[in-house]
Amino acid sequence: MAKIQVKTKINGEETEFLCQPYDTVLDVLRRDLNMTGTKEVCSTGDCGACSITMDGRLVCSCLVLAAETEDKKIETIEGMAKNGKFNVLQKTFLEHAALQCGICTPGMLVAAKSLLEKNTNPTETEIRYWLAGNLCRCTGYDKIVKAVQAAAEEIRENA
Amino acid sequence: MSEVKFISPETIEQAVDAYSKSSKEGKTKILAGGTDLLVQIRSGISQPDTIIDIKNIKELKEISNDNGSYTIGAAVAGAVLDEEEDFGNNWPGVLEALRLIGSEQIQGRASLGGNLCNASPAGDSVPALIASGATVKIQGPEGERKMPIESFHVGPGKTNLKNGEIVVNFQFPKKQRNSGDAYLRMIPRTEMDIAVVGCAVNVTIENDKCVDARVALGAVAPKALLVEDASKALIGSNFEKEAVEKASLACEAACNPIDDKRGTISYRKKVSKVLFKRALEKAIERAKKG
Repeated sequence: MAKIQVKTKINGEETEFLCQPYDTVLDVLRRDLNMTGTKEVCSTGDCGACSITMDGRLVCSCLVLAAETEDKKIETIEGMAKNGKFNVLQKTFLEHAALQCGICTPGMLVAAKSLLEKNTNPTETEIRYWLAGNLCRCTGYDKIVKAVQAAAEEIRENA
Repeated sequence: MSEVKFISPETIEQAVDAYSKSSKEGKTKILAGGTDLLVQIRSGISQPDTIIDIKNIKELKEISNDNGSYTIGAAVAGAVLDEEEDFGNNWPGVLEALRLIGSEQIQGRASLGGNLCNASPAGDSVPALIASGATVKIQGPEGERKMPIESFHVGPGKTNLKNGEIVVNFQFPKKQRNSGDAYLRMIPRTEMDIAVVGCAVNVTIENDKCVDARVALGAVAPKALLVEDASKALIGSNFEKEAVEKASLACEAACNPIDDKRGTISYRKKVSKVLFKRALEKAIERAKKG
């Protein structure tokens, strides 16, 4: 079957790949591009583990067809640390022990980063609603919320 | 699997052409935000042989405001519409209904057009669109036509779209002075759920008197309903207790719900009255602000 050729930008890098019409971005990232930081859990857009941003917009990569990403800008968890240095959220997640098994963590980080890019001073309620599409079965969410608050504070202090 | 095609046309004409050629067998699917379609593909409910991505068509992604009258492209995502500050000032009920659908991730993709065409009786934005008095612009092989939202659905998953027709955009009436709309839904959780009952109210007030009212219910019948008897009970009243009670009974009477895991028939009927009163209060409050 004829494959679709797609040219897109992933974490700032021009990337070309071939995909089938039913392939999702998640399929291509994990299977073909060896970018397994983005996790697959529910595959139906409920859990947020596969969160990425596309043209700056937070989305579930399991609900985006790979063929749709032509000329788009994709950001994944792999692009979060810069030059071997953690993003502030990655640092505060560790400091606050905001993870246990770690499967939800990449999605949590990508989603939280997208919130803080929009709002560097979110209330606890705003954080909880923003992350409502990211399920975590280990932490009970409290540590995650605190880590996001701490990261927001650091961002504000350094602004 | 036979050859599956993915196309992403740049004009409505191209999309309609492709859709009308192959939609007879129901094997062609329109892709807007994909938040329903991709789940259906993954679960095997839908196995289209052609997928038409409509998001590269300019008109379907446009938001415009012509002297207070909004036109919203069918594929505009919830998160995008949310950033259009003035839209939320004009139609807070429509915006809050759309924004209730799913998480931020879903909001990055989900659209009014998709919510309408998916035709779930519980689709949150549909009652709010009905209450607003918006019309939907449709384009097909035989040209363009417009339809009020309340005429769009036939039943669960079924619409009045003809072969090859595509939803282009939503046209909102100019918001009247001293009018306000609101949407509330009842779910057993605080977020991330499907409506047990949804209710939208849009009222216009002059000298404390209700001069116009539109009431719509979702998730209580095979399709979202415009409850005309509730409007009649409100128009001309001062929202006195008797009038509101009469309108709420009209809501209850309009319900034709199913029993399912989300709620029983009697529960849904009861909640429709309560939710209507609360949505009305919110709409009145907004109307009084302008």
